[in-house]
Amino acid sequence: MAILSAFDNWLKHAAYESQRLFFFSARMVGALFSRRFYLRETMEQMYLIGVGSMVLIVLTGIFAGQGFALAFSMELMDFGAKNYLGRIMAISIIRELGPVLTGVMFAARVAAGITAEIGAMKSSNQLDAMVAFGIDPLKKLAVPRLIALIIMLPAMTVICDVIALFGGWVIATLVAHVTSTMYWSAVRERLVFGNIFVGLLKPVLFSFVIAFISCYKGFSSAGGTKGVGRATTNSVVLCSITILIGNFFITRVVFNWIKGYL
Amino acid sequence: MIELKNVDFSYGDHSVLRNISFTVDDSEAVVVMGPSGSGKSTILRLILGLETSQRGEVNVDHRDICRMNEKSKRRIRRKIGMVFQDGALFDSLSVGENVGYYLIEHTALPWKEIGLRVRSMLGFVGLDADEVIDKLPDQLSGGMRRRVAIGRALLSTDPEIMLYDEPTTGLDPYATRNVVNLINKLHRERTVSTIVVTHQIADAFAMADRYVVVYRGELAFDGSYEQLRDCRDTRVQEFLAPFRDSMTGVFKRKFFDGGISP
Ligand SMILES: Nc1ncnc2c1ncn2[C@@H]1O[C@H](COP(=O)(O)OP(=O)(O)OP(=O)(O)O)[C@@H](O)[C@H]1O
Ligand SMILES: [Mg+2]
Repeated sequence: MAILSAFDNWLKHAAYESQRLFFFSARMVGALFSRRFYLRETMEQMYLIGVGSMVLIVLTGIFAGQGFALAFSMELMDFGAKNYLGRIMAISIIRELGPVLTGVMFAARVAAGITAEIGAMKSSNQLDAMVAFGIDPLKKLAVPRLIALIIMLPAMTVICDVIALFGGWVIATLVAHVTSTMYWSAVRERLVFGNIFVGLLKPVLFSFVIAFISCYKGFSSAGGTKGVGRATTNSVVLCSITILIGNFFITRVVFNWIKGYL
Repeated sequence: MIELKNVDFSYGDHSVLRNISFTVDDSEAVVVMGPSGSGKSTILRLILGLETSQRGEVNVDHRDICRMNEKSKRRIRRKIGMVFQDGALFDSLSVGENVGYYLIEHTALPWKEIGLRVRSMLGFVGLDADEVIDKLPDQLSGGMRRRVAIGRALLSTDPEIMLYDEPTTGLDPYATRNVVNLINKLHRERTVSTIVVTHQIADAFAMADRYVVVYRGELAFDGSYEQLRDCRDTRVQEFLAPFRDSMTGVFKRKFFDGGISP
């Protein structure tokens, strides 16, 4: 019984939280279209989010690409089909791996940063001070981060894709002994509209997920330093999970639309 | 002009203020006193519209700020300068940017002009502009931070209302005297309505036209210095007991009206 009621409580809390998250997100979108726009903050966030994540994304791309290529090339060699390596790499990286890995890396790095920063500002009354100056923290803090994410997450995903494909190329030529021309022409064969569309749609949607959740968690954090820590952890976990689950559903839904373009 | 009418306020089910009423006329200075946790800061937060009263009116310029839309609230807030209890300085901005915050956000003044005004304001609050202007708030002492906070609140385009939350707590006697003189100077020269929350009774006597005592969320006293001295209310007497000696009026004249200026 105790377990049931605990579950019940948890469910109610989750429902309540998602409702509030929804309304918060709606307000954020509203703020996005307001006249007051903070260019300087937006540029700064783009720099911090984009350039700051570069090394992480490059490393992720290289090693994920190589690992994938290694595993696939072994399997394909058994079938004598190693010339298909490029096609498999292109599909799996552009459609699934690139967006998800970049998204999860952003959840770890960027979402944590956003939640912690806004949470700390809240706990030291800086948000109140901002409001007292007649400034809407949603416009000043949340919107620039949202815009920066919408631009930088797809950009970083493309970079991750390219690097991962190069990682695959290294393995293809050195380990699997596929010729460069063979590998790249196989890759190019799969660079079709459908794949690229999905590969770019996902990071755009993920950028909203990360911005909404991380800002919400920051603005709603309470309970001092410990509260900020808890909000940050929650934010990263929730972002990662939502991205992974969301990825599945996007793949599932969008596939029907794009079948004709593959 | 600020007017609280029968205000009730609670955080969740924790009642903080009950039936509070008092007014602050144009260019009047009112000191709000009371034991720790009695709800003084909450009163200031209500006046700024940061919290919403459950019952009663909080009229700023004859309109209830708790029942306004966000846009009107923002317009009213621009007329109000607030010094938060903990300073609430923006810790990622330099001292100069903090003090010039209002001008940077709400005016189109050229940087050079803002710089000049910031420097003169830093001088006004007794800080060496060259020394502190590029520092971060973390690099200052507590008393310096408090003065930066006061400077930030003052450097807006003509505040009509100033709210100070314990501006002298934790300052050395010399700095305290500077801050008290500063508040008085501003109050007289620019004729702003002023509310000062403080525990420091001696400072209170130096600043106020009128006194309000809040005790455990209730209004225990509202009146002049003489009335306060002769007040028979046990709650007021209890609060003032430690300061009886200094309440002969001699203290007031001797230390402050002598015009010890910085
Ligand atoms: N965010 C909050 N959530 C819940 N209760 C709060 C919150 N902020 C303040 N309180 C409660 O409201 C009451 C009044 O707090 P307030 O900060 O107004 O007191 P104060 O008179 O300013 O005290 P002090 O002199 O120590 O600054 C306290 O009992 C406090 O516990
Ligand atoms: Mg207080």
